[in-house]
Amino acid sequence: MSDLGARKHPAIFWIGTALVAFALLALPFVLAMAGTAWVRITNLAALYVLLSLGLNIVVGFAGLLDLGYIAFYAVGAYVYALLASPHFNLHLPFWVILPIGAAVACLFGVLLGAPTLKLRGDYLAIVTLGFGEIIRIFLNNLSEPINITNGPKGLATIDPIRIAGLDLSDTTQMGGLLFSGPIKYYYFLLAVLLAVIVINLRLQNSRIGRAWEAIREDELAARAMGINTRNMKLLAFAMGASFGGVAGGMFSAIQGFISPESFILTESVMVLSMVVLGGMGNIRGVILGAILLSFVPEILRYTVEPVQQMLFGRMLIDPEVIRMLLFGLAMVVMMLFRPAGILPSAVRRRELARVED
Amino acid sequence: MAASLLEIRGITKKFGGITALSDVSFSIAEGAIFGLIGPNGAGKTTLFNVLTGLYNHDEGTFNFQGRLLHGMTPDRIAAIGIARTFQNIRLFGNLSAIENVMIGRHVRTSANVLGAILRNAATRTEEAAIQKRAHELLDFVSIGHRANELAKHLSYGDQRRLEIARALATDPKVLALDEPAAGMNATEKTALRKLLESIRAQGITILLIEHDVKLVMGLCDRIAVLDYGKKIAEGTPAEVQRDARVIEAYLGVAATQAVSN
Repeated sequence: MSDLGARKHPAIFWIGTALVAFALLALPFVLAMAGTAWVRITNLAALYVLLSLGLNIVVGFAGLLDLGYIAFYAVGAYVYALLASPHFNLHLPFWVILPIGAAVACLFGVLLGAPTLKLRGDYLAIVTLGFGEIIRIFLNNLSEPINITNGPKGLATIDPIRIAGLDLSDTTQMGGLLFSGPIKYYYFLLAVLLAVIVINLRLQNSRIGRAWEAIREDELAARAMGINTRNMKLLAFAMGASFGGVAGGMFSAIQGFISPESFILTESVMVLSMVVLGGMGNIRGVILGAILLSFVPEILRYTVEPVQQMLFGRMLIDPEVIRMLLFGLAMVVMMLFRPAGILPSAVRRRELARVED
Repeated sequence: MAASLLEIRGITKKFGGITALSDVSFSIAEGAIFGLIGPNGAGKTTLFNVLTGLYNHDEGTFNFQGRLLHGMTPDRIAAIGIARTFQNIRLFGNLSAIENVMIGRHVRTSANVLGAILRNAATRTEEAAIQKRAHELLDFVSIGHRANELAKHLSYGDQRRLEIARALATDPKVLALDEPAAGMNATEKTALRKLLESIRAQGITILLIEHDVKLVMGLCDRIAVLDYGKKIAEGTPAEVQRDARVIEAYLGVAATQAVSN
């Protein structure tokens, strides 16, 4: 996609890329002026983008409705927390744990995928929803007889990510600039996100991505065209789950504390909403959806109260209630006017240049 | 005649109490165009579905180049060289025409996840070959100019052609076409006939279900006639046309008497 753009208008493309890169690099310092909280919110948004991209593989590419996706996030988060906290007194470095987390989440993805191969649509949604809850309830109860997850109390003082002796959680001074913990995590997340976006774009425009899209469009025809739908569906579950696992590990490291409360059904629904709102199957759309749904509630949190004070002189409706109301309204409006998402994938025109030209 | 490529022996398929296919046997010579005709509900599409592994049959064997197809999944059957189209067109509607054909190349290509992510030289070469072949096939079925249109936006006739191109992309030895001329006008049918002849000229054997008698009689080397799940006749178009049971199945008993009188 991007390289095609580069071929057509090289100058504009590179200037645009440079501007976007500069904006992304400068962003945390601009946000920090408004308060470090905004950098944290941005980091959380980046994690949601990561989750949405992972879920997009399952839902958007392969067309398998997954309502329990947050379970893989939970698995990744707990793998990180258990291997890098005082709980078992293990303190492995992040570059060891993140692949383990991805692998364990991948295994769980296959565990979920295998029994649900013949299910589609509503039925698959119900089973995956149950799966998500099972994982959460397990995490909640695996504190007896052997304390593995520390139950509802959660796991605390999880190690931050350290790269070559640089602790990402505290403040460091570099070249006259003050890098706070969240800012360093921002850059780390940005790097991971870029890699994941590239992986997703490449997967989509590959033999594997096309096979997933074929399954989404017509599973029977896909089989008749020689696609091993069983393996391809398992692969979609496994890939999606791995991304969820990586995101979970980073969530653990950034927050320093996790508990089963962080992985409730609402979170699964939230990530699915991001994918659907942005446009299932369209990577740009999914990123946009995740950013919008992460930021808008936060912006509302800070604006609803002052606006009411200004208009009515007092608080009439609780900000939380307004957020949910507006959220619901946005969803209804979306379904009416842009049912395929803000940036739908169906109308995209892949400009496949003729090879012989 | 050349050696037989596909031998169908005693195929029986029951759905509950209904026998959709009963002891159907025939063999298809390599390079032939073999017609399968019969009234609606005769079991033609069911035979296609058991042949391509979508249903399991109850009795009988499919012997394809000395290999039995029993128990093979549809993707395995596509891999060994039997491709099909569908009576009620089953394209990947929200994908472009070229992507539809590229998906057909799946079974003849091998890039895995790692290759897709790393996009190494082998993957890039393969990807370029997939695109090249897909464009060639679209040109071959004369819809090259619609490559970037969504499959669902193509006209009915073009959708039928796209299905053929997608099936050809799997490099089949046998191409099974389920009513490719349905809904086509006379001009389109003539063009289709030319297309099928040029497919045969490439050495691909064609198994054809078709209602258009003129097309079938003009095109096929051999024809089998099904009625109520049984094969009632087989032979060259001329032989089948004279067969009393075929006339009866198509036109009723009175017509048979009228013909014999």
